[in-house]
Formats: sequence, structure tokens, C-alpha cells
Amino acid sequence: MKQFDVVVVGGGHAGTEAAAAAARRGACVALISQAKSQIGTMSCNPSIGGLGKGHLVREVDAFDGLMARAADDSAIHHRMLNRSKGLAVQGPRIQADRTRYRNSIARQLSTYQNLTIVEGEVVDLVVSGDRVIGAILAEGDTVRSGAVVLATGTFLGGKIFRGEERLDGGRVGESAAHRLAARLRDLALPMHRLKTGTPPRLDGRTIDWGRLAPQPSDDDIWWMSTMPAAERLPQLACAITRTTPRSHDIVRRGLASSPLFGGAIEGQGPRYCPSIEDKIHRFGDRDGHQIFLEPEGLDDHLVYPNGISTSLDARVQQEMVTSVPGLERARITTMGYAVEYDHLDPRSLDHRLALPQLKGLFCAGQINGTTGYEEAAAQGLIAGLNAAAHACGLPHVTIDRAAGYIGVMIDDLVLQGVTEPYRMLTARAEFRLSLRADNAETRLSTIAMEANCLSGQRLFHVERRRELRDRARSGDTNIPVKDIDILREVEEDARYAPYVARQEEEVARIRRDEKIVLPPATSLSDVPGLSTEMIDRLRSSAPSTLGEASRIRGITPAALAALWLHARKAS
Amino acid sequence: MTDTIFALSSGRPPAAIAVMRISGPRADAALGTLAGSLPAPRTASLRALRDQAGDLLDRALVIRFPGPATATGEDLVELHLHGGRAIVASVEQELSRLPGLRLAQPGEFTRRALQHGRLDVIQAEGLADLLEAETESQRRVAIAASEGRVSQTAREWLGRAADIAARVEAELDFGDEDDVASHAGYHPASDAGALACDIEYALAQPSVERLRDGITVVLAGPRNAGKSSLFNALLQRDAAIVTPIAGTTRDVLEAVVSRAGIPYRLVDTAGLIGDTTDEVERIGISRARDLIDRADLVLWLGVPDDAPSNALKVASQCDHRRPTDEHDIATSVHVPETVDALWTAIDQRCRIYVGWSDGMAFRERQREDMASAARELRCAANEDDPLLQAEHLRLATRWLARLLGIDAAEEMLDALFRRFCLGK
Repeated sequence: MKQFDVVVVGGGHAGTEAAAAAARRGACVALISQAKSQIGTMSCNPSIGGLGKGHLVREVDAFDGLMARAADDSAIHHRMLNRSKGLAVQGPRIQADRTRYRNSIARQLSTYQNLTIVEGEVVDLVVSGDRVIGAILAEGDTVRSGAVVLATGTFLGGKIFRGEERLDGGRVGESAAHRLAARLRDLALPMHRLKTGTPPRLDGRTIDWGRLAPQPSDDDIWWMSTMPAAERLPQLACAITRTTPRSHDIVRRGLASSPLFGGAIEGQGPRYCPSIEDKIHRFGDRDGHQIFLEPEGLDDHLVYPNGISTSLDARVQQEMVTSVPGLERARITTMGYAVEYDHLDPRSLDHRLALPQLKGLFCAGQINGTTGYEEAAAQGLIAGLNAAAHACGLPHVTIDRAAGYIGVMIDDLVLQGVTEPYRMLTARAEFRLSLRADNAETRLSTIAMEANCLSGQRLFHVERRRELRDRARSGDTNIPVKDIDILREVEEDARYAPYVARQEEEVARIRRDEKIVLPPATSLSDVPGLSTEMIDRLRSSAPSTLGEASRIRGITPAALAALWLHARKAS
Repeated sequence: MTDTIFALSSGRPPAAIAVMRISGPRADAALGTLAGSLPAPRTASLRALRDQAGDLLDRALVIRFPGPATATGEDLVELHLHGGRAIVASVEQELSRLPGLRLAQPGEFTRRALQHGRLDVIQAEGLADLLEAETESQRRVAIAASEGRVSQTAREWLGRAADIAARVEAELDFGDEDDVASHAGYHPASDAGALACDIEYALAQPSVERLRDGITVVLAGPRNAGKSSLFNALLQRDAAIVTPIAGTTRDVLEAVVSRAGIPYRLVDTAGLIGDTTDEVERIGISRARDLIDRADLVLWLGVPDDAPSNALKVASQCDHRRPTDEHDIATSVHVPETVDALWTAIDQRCRIYVGWSDGMAFRERQREDMASAARELRCAANEDDPLLQAEHLRLATRWLARLLGIDAAEEMLDALFRRFCLGK
């Protein structure tokens, strides 16, 4: 029997960041994945970053995480979204060479001496009383640990849909984790279903590129990480095409066999990343939807058609694709599909992403109801840092809404829960003007240092750039070329300074309300003046402070006043 | 468990009927104890109410309303008693003996309705105003609030603000995607400006407090100008004197009178003279000047040239003294038509303060939130940077949400997802 501090279940974007983060804090970590070769795989689109998401990548980087550097190691197309708007809403986005991305993650993980990769399927948790103390593999081996992080992605109870076909699996060609799913339901955890989807993949050699408008990579050089790779890979261009009214007719005729519209899928999908059948059904008046044709690698001819995620019948997919200009002769290499999977109601978690009812259990990524690699990685970071804290007796690490997008996301998840896969948007961050993708290092490196999760090299880098920043603030513009981003950061600080100052009052109020501790959820019925409905709402999210309670949807001012009076009387 | 509360809900006895309301989880149990058996829900039934010893308290009409579809959202019982003091007292005493029952605190039934979502804050405030309404305009305004019309208007503003914010946010979060391209180049300025206008229009209307406290009309002028006789004439011409209030000093008199549904506060002041050594008179004059400054309208009975800016220049005692061209109006307390004419002139001058008749008014508390929202919308309308537009719109929606007591961010995201086809 093996003994670790932290066991991480799942080798996707959440799992790898969790394992690495726990290891950076000094924990002895086992990363368990069904297929070692698939660790760090991008299941869907070959891109990292975007609006809101790019912020998350930079924040993970400020904690010395993996994602930003893997992105820099594999980027074959760069695009700074919202370039014409303020830095606060600019979104760095790269397209990655899938193989190089996965290799970079594997290489980075291999540098951690205290991180072991174990191949196997986790089928059960070892539970002792109200504590989780390990995981059991399908072959019967038990791995003991002080903490377990579940990062199961779409694999937990995963079921694949395509037309009337049903496949068992978390990704096409890879089997799902059914026994673990059943076990979590047995533990009476609040489990629900969500769904997501992916488009068909095309053979790039059968696309008529000459007819399509190219979208080149950005001319200027920028990186995802503040500690980037040595040099840029050769850059490829994407191309843009559109669906046609004929494509829409084909999709409409195919709806009869659609698992989405036939009621076969119970889980809710993401509204802002809808399938093509959803777009046509809900916005029937539009005559075309844009498709970005994104190359999947430098030495790979596969192309990802971004914008036509679908779970229609294979025959309909083929017909639809060939109705699109430039794709008349395109060959589909893998059909698109929808996948439905189990997730946990994230309101049962606390801000460490821990499950208070089962001590030592942490969850990150799609299991918490989110979508997106970046959302997963950011949760993996927090779950990993705190799993290490739990196992090794270190202080826990949380980020509040005023300090980072990671904080906004986790606060939304644990207080509001989800009704559809949660995606980061800059609109979710009320302090957006100060939470920029370009100042993540400034905002978070102090917290990262206190968490003791930065390498010596990173520490040196952060200290050096802090001095440069101080110099830039005092008007010295003589900054080395490779750190020129610091000058822009300082300029942008000045631009929104009056607004940021006004928001500080709001931040102060939030932080004050976070200090007012509420009674435990079990004694809410003792609070005079709380209606049954309010008690129900408060019980599902179990806020520990008045500030948290105030952010739960539907909690009325009258209920807050009652809680406040009660808390004051108790103290 | 929540206490079950009870209270007399009709006017003070003696009266023909007294309605006792019981609300809470033990309401049915209490009725069962008093009446022996429970009637069918929502049916008026005659029952003999008895005390512990089995002695008859009263024969009453009783109705039970099972929750949650009741005024308070809880189980509710009404006892329609004979309205004698002793009967009401003995039933109250009997109820307070039952376990888990107690006398309600003032406003507690409404508070429970609020807690159970049967009313929102604005409706609850409107209901309180309705119960206190003394004039027709107060009643109309209070009805509008308690029936939810005011909330509906506020909700409509919030919906519009959330919609503008959603368009700006769509540009920020999805601007690079084709699926919002048809909204590209959206200029929120005109929509934000139009919404600011609508809120400012509502702000230009009188507040609930103004309608309740009425319009202050101050009679002022030198000694012996006929102020007090005119004061009496103005009151005597109208039978609807509500509350004559004696001033705190002997030389200021106030009275509230309602005309055409509008409450007026008439104030008679001390005569103004240049110098005085009399301490009491000096205080009186100082108070008079103060009142003149705060008045909505001054009826000035002195020399027209000395009139304050907000004055109606009245030539009083016109049966003795000839009015000049500078006077606005001439009156004599002995000629009733001239007093009527003065009232008409007062109405005309003051109608602007309460002159709006679509029956909706906001409280000062609400008006502060509205003014802040309108200010942020104006800023958004004048701003070019979409990030700052979004910031002002975020603040505007927060103020409007505060007015309604709900979460604004969710409202904006809902508008964002409902309206736009967003994909990537």
C-alpha cells in the first residue's frame, strides 16, 4: 500500500494544476489517470485563453502554474481579443499545437521530484468516519493519502451521444468512470448532470483554403506567462467561413434524430457555447453563423471547426459540413458528439473547494459545474494548494472577489451554484477595472509567496519585476525591453485610478461584511425573522459570513438584517 | 418554531364588529381550542368561542385561510367578534394563554408578508401609507404602491438598465465574435439618456412625504395687516379642517386643511417690524422669517415692494384700502367670493408641487436611489470608453436593484444570455 499526502484523480487541466500546486507546497503527490499518455490532453478546442479566460491563465501563472507556460510552448497562433478596448477587458488567446501542449505539461510535471504519476482507474474512496483517507483503484490497490482531489472532467458517469448512437465514455475512445460516479451518489453527495459538446474534426488537406478569408496571428510578440519560453513556434493562419441557409435547412431536418431535442439528454448545456442545432433553433432568423477553422498542430493536418459543435446524426453532420463554403469536399475524421456527465452541486463546497461534510475531499473543474480548460486549471490550483494545506498542516489559500477572477469564479460557484456549465466572463467581475490580465502578477504574487508555492527562479523573477514596477511608478521609464509590459501596466493603472479608488470603498464594505461570522446552517431556525424559504436558500450554500450571505441569489435585505442582528447578539 | 401572533385588526372597540387575526403555524390549533372544531377553509362559519373553563366568550363568525396563499404567507385565522371592549379583551387574554401564541408587534403581519414574499418592500411601504392616508391624493398614491405599480415601474427601469448593460457587456465579452456582430457599434448613450430622463421625470414629481406633509402656505406681513382674520377666513371657508395645531409660541398658528385632495399646511406668523425690544416678539419675528424662507408660498400682506420672492402679493382689507397694480390679488374677509378667489390662486400657484396625477409617488429613501441611478446613467451616456460606460451602468443597475431589494448582476447576465446568440 502506497502512502501520499495528496492524491489527485484525473489528468486534465484541473488535475495537472492541482497535482503541481500541491507539489509546489511540498506535498508528496500521486496523480492518477486512466491513461498516462493522455495527461494534459485538450479534449475540445485547441486554444487557451480568451476574454475572462485569459485572466485566469495569467492568475494561475502568478502562482507558478503550468498552463501559461504550456500555452507559450505550443502556441501556433496568437490573438489579443478586444485589442481596441481597455487592458481590463483584453483577452490573450492562443491556439496550441495539441501534441506540443500535452508534451509541455508532461515535461513540466516530470520536473516535480515529489509528484508520481499512477496509471489506473479510481473506483472508490477510502472513507473513515467523515474523513477521506485515500482512493481505491480498479485493480484493487489502495492509495492512502491525507487529501484527495477529484478532477474527473466529463469522465464521471460520462455518456456520449451522437444522433441515435449512445456510447459509454468521457471522451470518444476513452472509457468513463462509472463506479466512482455510483460511489459518490452512495455517499449522498448532491450530484446532477450537465452536458457539453464538441464539433467534428476535419482533414485540412480536403479544405479549399484559397476561397476563405485568412485570419493571421498577431504581429507583435506577447506571451501568456511572464516567464515565457525561449522562442516562438512558427505561426499558422486560421480561416473564417460561415454556415449557409442550406446548412440550416439540413440541421432543421436532422433535429428529429437529435439527442438534444429528442429529450435523451437531461443535463443542461452552456448557453454561450451552444451547439449549431441550438443556435439555429433559438436564433432562426440569422442567415449564417461564423466558423473559425483552426489548425490543430504544426505537423498535423487536423482542423478544428470552431462554431459547429453538434451531436446530430453522423450522416447529417457530413451533409451540413459540405454545405459550408470551402468545405464542399471536406472529409470528417472524427464526428462531433455531446457528452453528459455527473457534477457536484458546488454549493456543497467551501471557498477552498473542499467538501466540509467529507474532510479531506477537494473538487476541481467540470465536476464543480464549470466549462473550459482555464476555469478548470484555476480551480485545480486552489484545490491543490488547499489539499496540500489539509494534508500537511499548512495555512489555507483563498482569493476574494476583489483580488482575482479566480476568487470571483469560486465565490460564484460555492454561493450561487450552477444551472448550466459556468464560464468565466469579464462581466462577472464587479471590480473588473482593477482585475486585469496584465496585472495578475502584481495582484497575486504576495498571496502566492505567502502560500510558499513559488520556485526560487520565480521568486527572483517576481522580486526583480516588483522593483522595476516601483521604478516605473516613480517615473523612471528606463525598463528592459523584455519587461516592457510593466510600463503599460503602470500607465493603465493611472488611467482608471479614480474609478478604482471609488471601488475601494465597495471592496472595504465587502471585506467588512466578510468579518461578520454567521451561525452554522444547522442553527438557522433559531434566527428570529427568517422565513422557511430563506432558511432553505441559506442551507444550500451554507454561507459562513454575512458578506457571503449577501451574495446568495434571492436573499432579501430583511433576511440579511435578521442575520446581522443575530450575529451581533451572538458576538 | 415561529411564534404564532394575533392582534385586533379592525378599529378600537366599541364597534359593531371587531376582527381578530391570528397568523402562524399554530393558528388552526388556536381556533380549534377556542371553537371546538375547525370549519372548512375559506368559508365563513358561526362558532361559539369558549374559554378554558368552557364558558362562552362570544358567538363569532370565523374564517380560516390555510397558508401559504394568504395575506401573511402563513396559516391565518380571522375571528369576527362582537365589537365590545370586554369581549375583545377576553378573547385576547384567552389566546395569549395558548402555547406559542403572543400579541403581534406593530407592523408584524406586514413584516411576515414581506418575509414570505407576499409583498415587496415598496408594496409594504405603500400599504403602511394606505393605512395612514387622510386625503384622496395620498390614498391614490398609496394604492399605487401597495398594488405593486410603483415596484413595476422600478422593475421596468431595472430591466431597461440591465438591457443596456447587457449590450455593452456583450460588446466587451463577445465583441470579437460574429454572433453579436449585429449589435456592434451599439451606442448606449441614447438609451441610457432616455432612461435617465424617465427617472428624472419621476423625481420631478412630489415625494410621498411631500404629499403626506402637504404644501406650506405662510401668511406674513407687518402687524395688523389682517393676517389672522384672513387665516381664519381661509379655514372657515373650508369645512375640512383636519387638525388645528397651536404653535409652540403664542404668535405662530398652524392648521392643516385639505382642498381637492391636496393637504395644505397654513401658518399664521407674527407681524414683522423693524426693531423690537420685546424678547418674545423678537423670537416670533425670527421664526416668521425662518418660515418665510421654507414656505412653498407666502401670502404677503405688506407693501408689495417688500415681498419675498416666493410670495403672492395680497391686498387685504380691500373693502377699506384700494389695491395697487403691484398686488396679485385683492381680498376681504367680508366678501366670501374674494376668499374663494384667493384659494383658487393658491391652488394654481401650488399645483406644480403636487401637480401630477398619474398617482405614483416615491419615498425620499427611494428617491435617493433613483437620483443616484439617474446620475450614473447620465455619466454612462456621456462616456466614450465602453469599460467606463459599463462601470457606470453597473452602478446604475445596483442603485435600481437596491430600490427593489434584488441582485442586479444576475439581472444583467440574464438579459445578456436571453437576447444574444453567443457562441465562439
